[in-house]
Amino acid sequence: MKRIRKTGRQERFLRKLFLSCFPVFLIATSSLSASEPILIGSKKFTESYVLAEIAKRAIENAGVATEHRQGMGGTIILWQALSGEQIGLYPEYTGTISEEILKAPPSLSAEEMRERLASFGVGITGELGFNNTYALVMRRTIAEQKAIRSISDLRNHPELKLGLTHEFLDRRDGWGPLAEKYRLPTQNIVGIDHGLGYEALRNGSIDVKDAYSTDAKIGENDLIVLEDDLQFFPRYKAVFLYRLNLPPEVVAILRRMEGTLDEKRMIQLNAEAERTKDYARAADLYFRDANSPRATSIGEPFAHKLRRWTLRHLQLAGLSLLLSILIGIPLGIAASRGGWIGQVILGFVGAVQTIPSLALLALLVPLPFFGISVRTAIAALFLYGLLPIVRNTATGLQDIAQPVRESAIALGLEPAARLWKIYLPIASRSILGGIKTSAVINIATATLAALIGAGGLGEPILSGLNLNDHVTILQGAIPAAVLALLVQWGFDLLDRLLIPKGLRL
Amino acid sequence: MDSLVQLTGVSKTYGSALALHPTDLNFARGKTTVLIGPSGCGKSTLLRLIIRLLDPDAGSIRFDGATITSENIPELRRRIGYVIQDGGLFPHLTARKNVLLMASHLRWPLPKMETRLAELCALTRFPESALDRFPLELSGGQRQRISLMRALMLSPELLLLDEPLGALDPLVRAALQKDLKEIFARLKQTAILVTHDLAEAAYLGDEIVLMNEGRVEQRGTVDDLRMKPASSFVTDFINAQRGLALI
Ligand SMILES: Nc1ncnc2c1ncn2[C@@H]1O[C@H](COP(=O)(O)OP(=O)(O)OP(=O)(O)O)[C@@H](O)[C@H]1O
Ligand SMILES: [Mg+2]
Repeated sequence: MKRIRKTGRQERFLRKLFLSCFPVFLIATSSLSASEPILIGSKKFTESYVLAEIAKRAIENAGVATEHRQGMGGTIILWQALSGEQIGLYPEYTGTISEEILKAPPSLSAEEMRERLASFGVGITGELGFNNTYALVMRRTIAEQKAIRSISDLRNHPELKLGLTHEFLDRRDGWGPLAEKYRLPTQNIVGIDHGLGYEALRNGSIDVKDAYSTDAKIGENDLIVLEDDLQFFPRYKAVFLYRLNLPPEVVAILRRMEGTLDEKRMIQLNAEAERTKDYARAADLYFRDANSPRATSIGEPFAHKLRRWTLRHLQLAGLSLLLSILIGIPLGIAASRGGWIGQVILGFVGAVQTIPSLALLALLVPLPFFGISVRTAIAALFLYGLLPIVRNTATGLQDIAQPVRESAIALGLEPAARLWKIYLPIASRSILGGIKTSAVINIATATLAALIGAGGLGEPILSGLNLNDHVTILQGAIPAAVLALLVQWGFDLLDRLLIPKGLRL
Repeated sequence: MDSLVQLTGVSKTYGSALALHPTDLNFARGKTTVLIGPSGCGKSTLLRLIIRLLDPDAGSIRFDGATITSENIPELRRRIGYVIQDGGLFPHLTARKNVLLMASHLRWPLPKMETRLAELCALTRFPESALDRFPLELSGGQRQRISLMRALMLSPELLLLDEPLGALDPLVRAALQKDLKEIFARLKQTAILVTHDLAEAAYLGDEIVLMNEGRVEQRGTVDDLRMKPASSFVTDFINAQRGLALI
């Protein structure tokens, strides 16, 4: 008779476990946002990382704590994070500010820009110096030999072969209007891939190509940027956008960086970042050249980083899974009863699954409770994890044989007791299967949390993708794959513990 | 006569198909009444109406003097046992836990449960050593014995059995028929049993209710049906069954 008592205890334990999970989640997520350093955002490319790292170093040298949320989604996510007071500052480009953020014509004056940003509570520093825009580049030796310094100079050299990317050939602000404005000869043009173009320049099969003006390759290949003397290309001058309510001393530090970075310098820093795969080192270089007090290099040991990434990853995947279970099982129970409610529930969780992850993040970031935070990542993962649990709970319950159902009713068990003692245990295999799927999906998808600066193993993956550095990518990808396997095995063990033996015969 | 269950004008349609015409029927206390008739004549429907797995379209059903309603049925169900053809045992629970489920749900003291379980094992001749097996580890006959024990656990005043022996081979079936008869007699059990088999009906039933197409054709003993058939359907039904028995 011991068995009987044990069943009761197990059940009460499970119920308590369920009830106690929710507060745990709330505490865990709120503790994540307890301390208040200044958050610095950056976009998903080398230059943005480096600029953010420089700002971080400068501010920390003044004794103010900061945190760098690396490589967040894109302009929209960063802008929403800044205007929604989720981050304190991030590097941006003037062209992007007028076109994408303020949706204004490129003729917007600096003063007008400042005023319109102020209405969002956002300030803008002066230009840092360099202009990151389209440019035409050529080998220094040839340029010097032919005395070419500006794009206008090309007019007299129809013999030069131009290798242009297909995108540049097609763009509204690309080759067509450029050639028209400068009245350039158009005989010697070939379309060529961006990467191959540098190779072609090196071996002399082309003489001129298009590039971004601060591309690290320009320095590496000893190329020069031809001056845009008729100012054809839109100006993408780097600045920092910051919250107007930042402490004045922090703003002063940012403003001290105005005019300190010309194209040549930025190209060097980008090259250093790509060579060393280390943005902090590149930032170091800035301070060294600027004769500023050199920031101490804080190279974090790999084991440390791995631990930090993995713990955060597990936290993200674990908490979101817990939520998916707590919400998904009741939803699945409701859906199993069919009718329009069931249709709505299954339709909703199915539809959520089809929203691209970046879009889902962009939808959540502007909401008051979420913003750029771990909470947003958890909420997104939770939504993605719902479908397998809801669907498996619903089908597991619907698959219970009619005679079993009717026996439970005819015995005189109340509806709640039928659910707890009969239906859920019988559906447990299917429900656990759903939870397992959800857990593995969560481990895999948690890498996207890095897009909104929530950390995890996506952090090395993102920066590795951006640096085109396979080793860094693998530093995130391998642990993520191992975690997924461990989770799978863990659940196979759990199956044996939680699925009643009578169902495993 | 003192009846435990009384149906008054009870009818049931599925969609547009009439499964049970308005029916008046009483079931006497302490007696075994057998419902018999061709497939689809409404026997299962009648049992399911009594235990309210189905709501009647019209009419009322009284149990022990009280009209059954959706409010009082949860209580009443604990005074009614229900056994179906394939047992409807809970696959995740051992035989023991299947039988004890309701008692432990109602927080019976352990010794009381243990005593009752031993009694039932003796009564249904179920080997106690097999109590810790799961339904899938039992034979068909053993499963029906467990199903019967589960139905009898709370000593119900009424036992409903829907073809309890339908899926068993003839030898096991004969053994269980004998055991059922003894159990009914020993417990003075009021029972309503559905079967297809006239011999089983004659052996187990104090009284037989012969149904056809959702109506009661005739009620009485086997001899009544044989000697004083109420319609040509009754004669045909009995002859058909006798023909089968001669094979
Ligand atoms: N859920 C249902 N939906 C629609 N029609 C049903 C349903 N259940 C039973 N019926 C129909 O109601 C009639 C009576 O069914 P019932 O199950 O009571 O017959 P039965 O006498 O028990 O038959 P059998 O001996 O084959 O078990 C049949 O015509 C059957 O097809
Ligand atoms: Mg039937």
